[in-house]
Amino acid sequence: MASIDWSGYRSTSYDELMADGGAPRPHAADLVQHLSKLSEAEVNELKTTAEIAIQVMGITFTVYSDAGMIDRAWPFDIIPRIIPAAEWRRAEAGLEQRVRALNLFIDDLYHDQRIVKDGVFPAELLSESVNFRPQCVGISPPKGIWAHICGSDLVRDKDGTLYVLEDNLRIPSGVSYMLENRNVSKRVLPELFEGGRILPVDDYPAQLYDMLAAMSPRQEAEPRIVVMTPGIFNSAYFEHAFLAQQMGVELVEGSDLIVGSDDKVYMRTIDGLSQVDVIYRRVDDLFIDPEAFNPDSVLGVRGLIRAWRAGNVALCNAPGAGVADDKVVYAFVPKIIRYYLGEDALIPNVPSYLCMVDAEREYVLANLDKLVVKPANESGGYGMLVGPHSTEAQRREFAARIKANPRNYMAQPTLTLSTTPTLCEDGLGARHLDLRPFILSAGDHTYVTTGGLTRVALVKGSLVVNSSQGGGSKDTWIVEGGED
Amino acid sequence: MLSRVAENLYWMARYLERAEDTARLLRVTRHLMLDYPGTPTLGWASLITITGDDELFSSHYDRRDEASVLAFLCLDRAYGGSILSALGAARENLRTTREVMPREIWEEINQLYLTVGNYLASGIAQRRLDDFLRMVIRGCQTINGLIEGTLSHGPARRFCNIGRELERADMTTRILDVRSANLLPRSPEDRTPFENLQWMSVLKSLSAHQMYRQRVRARVRGADVVRFVLQDTDFPRAIYRCLDDLCRVFQSLGRHDNAMNCTLGQRDALLAADVGRLAASPDELNAFIDGLQVGFGAIHQSIAATWFAGVDAPAPVLSD
Repeated sequence: MASIDWSGYRSTSYDELMADGGAPRPHAADLVQHLSKLSEAEVNELKTTAEIAIQVMGITFTVYSDAGMIDRAWPFDIIPRIIPAAEWRRAEAGLEQRVRALNLFIDDLYHDQRIVKDGVFPAELLSESVNFRPQCVGISPPKGIWAHICGSDLVRDKDGTLYVLEDNLRIPSGVSYMLENRNVSKRVLPELFEGGRILPVDDYPAQLYDMLAAMSPRQEAEPRIVVMTPGIFNSAYFEHAFLAQQMGVELVEGSDLIVGSDDKVYMRTIDGLSQVDVIYRRVDDLFIDPEAFNPDSVLGVRGLIRAWRAGNVALCNAPGAGVADDKVVYAFVPKIIRYYLGEDALIPNVPSYLCMVDAEREYVLANLDKLVVKPANESGGYGMLVGPHSTEAQRREFAARIKANPRNYMAQPTLTLSTTPTLCEDGLGARHLDLRPFILSAGDHTYVTTGGLTRVALVKGSLVVNSSQGGGSKDTWIVEGGED
Repeated sequence: MLSRVAENLYWMARYLERAEDTARLLRVTRHLMLDYPGTPTLGWASLITITGDDELFSSHYDRRDEASVLAFLCLDRAYGGSILSALGAARENLRTTREVMPREIWEEINQLYLTVGNYLASGIAQRRLDDFLRMVIRGCQTINGLIEGTLSHGPARRFCNIGRELERADMTTRILDVRSANLLPRSPEDRTPFENLQWMSVLKSLSAHQMYRQRVRARVRGADVVRFVLQDTDFPRAIYRCLDDLCRVFQSLGRHDNAMNCTLGQRDALLAADVGRLAASPDELNAFIDGLQVGFGAIHQSIAATWFAGVDAPAPVLSD
């Protein structure tokens, strides 16, 4: 008896694997056929295999609770999410284009601000951006790259269109889970990998290393690269340790580093101080240097910005790169791409209404019940209004806030995210998902992960894919052939 | 290797050794007490003296009886040297340096700590005490075995070894100190009853009885035991051997001059000791051991200053 009931599978949106008639899409045919043949016992065995693999490999994420810090096993669904290679190549080109333009934009903002002078980007947006760092003005990081590592969230609407939902240019996380998901999935579904149509993902640590090495100010010597973590209490500590281990570099904390009077960065080792060339920092801007930013920070290194400004060390991502990932700047990305590259955006933005523009604000205020309203500089879903789920009182409150500070708000239509078949407590169900690919910029070339991290909302109907709030993840397969 | 990582591994190894040696000490004391229930001077109270934490104990417990001493030394979280606390500290030190150690070592320490912690709720029943202590000793030995068998001969292993040898030397002096205070005759005519068996307990605390018999081939006598524990060149828990092993590890590390000189100084002082005289006078032995412990503190300081502080480097004049 087959345990996965595909016949009863229904999606309320576009489905990644199943077509409307209930048959699998061409790129998912092999997978669905394989899973259909498994008995209930076999499916349970696969789930157990995955759980054990996750436990043994020690894939965890950290949650805070009253009882202290808990390392929880990573929630993983064995049914992968599949994207045809041809479609992925278009997305890849779009992501490259986007990040190239964003780096030019950030570099421009910290130098001549041509885009402001040319009237394409409003000066008042810049002056009110909380992520613009005046300390970075005039600094020229190697090769003009500020956002070396970018995690952009892609979503698909119910008509099948792929959109960029947001760009994370500060310290995007999740790539280690992408790599570990593949390891788990190879153990669970080895038969499907034998055909060789699923493209590999494990090149990322080597690509990351090469990109970081290319940023080294001392090109003649073998560069000393480190990963800088806020420490064991950070929720992404697993990933920091994982990437350091995979690249074979030191995992340092702020207290391991010191800036000398020669404005060079050294790490304290058993052989004495050893010069550091490149820091892949996973500490927020405001905490990396108490001399330049938050004076109370104990996570940072005094003088780090001084050393960076002097060109003695590369910081990845560069401080100040976050200026380009606020929600209002997001709305300008298509214009930014056109301005710097003279091209149209290959991947569309979700249509956005800027409350600072009179006509658009009027539309937003008249349609609050249909829109999602987001503040410019909050992340993680804080301070948002989800129109269709809001109360009259909430909408009144938001209308007042928007009128008081229109520049701080933008709005988007409520998307119906695509779904994918997921094994849930009560059997197979359609669950909403997104995708976070990672883009590495080394100046002369750009690398995009093959797929990325697929996050899935395990709760029926939920759009929240966050692992701390009932989200899970899936392996992401980019497959050759089997085009729609 | 980062100084911080080296320091964490050093302390991990020290705490692990402390947990094991504490379990050894308890195990032998228990056997001795079963044989000689009426020997008050040798009682459980002397174990508290060994730890050097009399005050802390007195502030938490009213009586120095078996139950209190065991609770204090095995499972008391308030006492940093209890088996549970020491394993917890070893685990925390490894937790932040997991990326340099083979995964199995983390799993083993984690498991051992959790298992010992499970006894907190129920306490340790008297008839299960020996099983508990053996489990701790075995767990620590397993971890040391994993380090020996799976960790490359690089800096990580060296700092584990340094921590282990120094803690071992220190614990050996503590065992010798307290036991001998009760055992050595104040005058040659003044024989303690069961002296032979009690000296044997010193050896057994160190798992040294068999090795001692192979080396000395005579009945167990105070002077011979003191000599063996202080000066034996081959027994791994003899203080001379611990210091000698430390020197060997230092030799493989850069910038070892201070730590090496400091340790060689202690080792030579140990060799020069007049064991016959020490064995004849508890006060002199006690003073000598105090001197050794101060010396171990100096060795620790030289290790920390050389490899953990990281500022006396070949490099730049520092701004701070």
